[in-house]
Amino acid sequence: MILNRDNISDRLAAVGYIADRDVATALWLMDFLKRPLLLEGEAGVGKTEVAKALAAVHEAELIRLQCYEGLDQNAALYEWNYQRQLLAIKTREGVGENADVIEEHIFSERYLLERPLLAAIRREKPPVLLVDEVDRADEEFEAFLLELLSDFQVSIPELGTVKATSIPRVVLTSNGTRELSDALRRRCLYHYVDFPDVDREARIIITRTPGIDTALAVQIARMVASVRKEDLRKVPGVAETLDWAATLAGLDLHDLRQEPEAVHETMLCLLKTREDRSRLTREVTERLLGKVA
Amino acid sequence: MSVATVSTSGDGIGEPARRRLAGFVRTLRDNGFKIGLAETGDALEMLAAPLAVRPSTLKPALRSLFCATHSDWERFDEIFEAYWQGRGIHQARTLAGSALESRAPARHLKDVGSRAGTPGLPDHVERNHDDDDGDSAGDGRGRREGASRFENLTSADLRDIVDPADIAQAHALAARLSHAMRARLVRRDRVRRRGRRLDLRRTIHRNVSHGGTLVELAWRRRKIKPLRLVFLLDASGSMSLYTAFFVRFLHGVVDAFRESEAFVFHTRLAHVSASLRDRDVTRAVDKLSLMAQGIGGGTKIGESLATFNRWHARRVINSRTAVMIVSDGYDTGTPEQLGEEMRRLRRRCRRIIWLNPLIGWRDYSPQARGMQAALPYIDLFAPAHNLESLAALEPYLARI
Repeated sequence: MILNRDNISDRLAAVGYIADRDVATALWLMDFLKRPLLLEGEAGVGKTEVAKALAAVHEAELIRLQCYEGLDQNAALYEWNYQRQLLAIKTREGVGENADVIEEHIFSERYLLERPLLAAIRREKPPVLLVDEVDRADEEFEAFLLELLSDFQVSIPELGTVKATSIPRVVLTSNGTRELSDALRRRCLYHYVDFPDVDREARIIITRTPGIDTALAVQIARMVASVRKEDLRKVPGVAETLDWAATLAGLDLHDLRQEPEAVHETMLCLLKTREDRSRLTREVTERLLGKVA
Repeated sequence: MSVATVSTSGDGIGEPARRRLAGFVRTLRDNGFKIGLAETGDALEMLAAPLAVRPSTLKPALRSLFCATHSDWERFDEIFEAYWQGRGIHQARTLAGSALESRAPARHLKDVGSRAGTPGLPDHVERNHDDDDGDSAGDGRGRREGASRFENLTSADLRDIVDPADIAQAHALAARLSHAMRARLVRRDRVRRRGRRLDLRRTIHRNVSHGGTLVELAWRRRKIKPLRLVFLLDASGSMSLYTAFFVRFLHGVVDAFRESEAFVFHTRLAHVSASLRDRDVTRAVDKLSLMAQGIGGGTKIGESLATFNRWHARRVINSRTAVMIVSDGYDTGTPEQLGEEMRRLRRRCRRIIWLNPLIGWRDYSPQARGMQAALPYIDLFAPAHNLESLAALEPYLARI
């Protein structure tokens, strides 16, 4: 099923993701050209959410591979079930089978453990494969991933080549902690995810925070936008905004300007380091609140 | 936009649109975008799909397809408008055809455009040293410690090397030194790999013939990440006598170490790794010297470091990174800012090495206020006035 370009935004909204036009285009293009999508952007702008929403729209399974330093093929692709293999060796030896037959047996499908990448290409219905924070993995892994993304087949030395039964939709995200290779970048469509503008963030708040009134949501979005412009060590992401919105809604606030005290105190939802906390003093908060009006 | 109307024809797109698109791809490539045939093919396919493209989606769709990095992403709109809507198209083309380097990104080329004769630049680099002869004969040479003109080139102060043949030789030495450093550092790295754990997969595979009894064990070694070097080179007027040598040295280092990044700063910071990776040394050095030319107005070390910390540090610094700042420490910004930014930088990286050419001068003590503010955060404060002092860094780096 290919997404229709016109209603893709609506369908994303239906599953709770407020997309801007460009993301919608990128997602459509991804289906049209059958290329993976590389999302870059600061932490907390909602890159992972895009993949989740995509899976929800297609009613497909989301298979997630979280990358980290030292991630290798055993953890990403497949692993043998050692305990069962050892057990099998022992029992079969007792019956008196010879080593070659045992070897044949223990390196068969039954003893294979699927890891995310193998799982993603062996599903009946194409899943959404999310390769999260690919920049954290080593260069060797990146090269291997590139091979998988172009051929959609893997070779397991003991077992042979496994071809994809369905081609997954692949979304990669990167925080830019390491420069990705040109080859991987070229293979993928690219989208730079920015913080949502005030309008979109307000809509996100309304969608995700039940019972919040529109005026407050807009005020919160504006406030967060101006907080982001301050020189902070850790700029608050959309998740922080939602936490804050939920807190304010829970306190039964209706107008931020009426309650500068509560606003300042609950800002700890947004500011996650001591430096940032001390930078946004009461005075600064009030100045920012003044602009929100 | 004309493309959208052409695309209604159903089977493929017309020749004019095809040519327009090819031109667009060429413009992007001239501006440093890395676009292969596959991408162009996909773009054609996309344009040919009757219902797929309308003007409002053409731009975001092409942008997703053709961009590969954030800087591509930021420049795309401008180039797109210029090409498809005719605004500024002339400028884009003439810049692209500029004599210096057709594949260089636009911002470099813009710099070139504002100067008249690019071929003259290599001369400029050398002229620095010729001028130097006259300028520093009185004050510099007398104070320099150790070497005299007759000594080996490796120990001669770089300012004093004026003969073109000597300059060439010193450049070659700098390049060779950087390669040697790499070879030795990498070798030591291998010897150091310990920290072993059992590799179950291999162990079992190997022991099937023993009936599953684990006789032979297979071990896995922890991989140690190679040391990453990040250079911040001061290219201000006060450093101009040394800049050309460091640029050459940097080229060698960036070429040899896969894990290295280089930045040049005077009043602002420029990321120059890409230019340094140019295989052609002379061209790379020329390009860089061009960027390194201070416009005057002093050195803003603190501000440049702030830019680095804010925009680049997260990407280029990992847990095994040594940051090397090559500067004389004459900062026209406030020492407080420099101190603060040094503190931030120190928290991120493994070591900060400050190479100061002035240390080689007799009686030098770091009196400059900026230097004073930075000192507490520096792990190694070392001279860098000759090739010997650069070579002396290697044992230190190997220990990190």
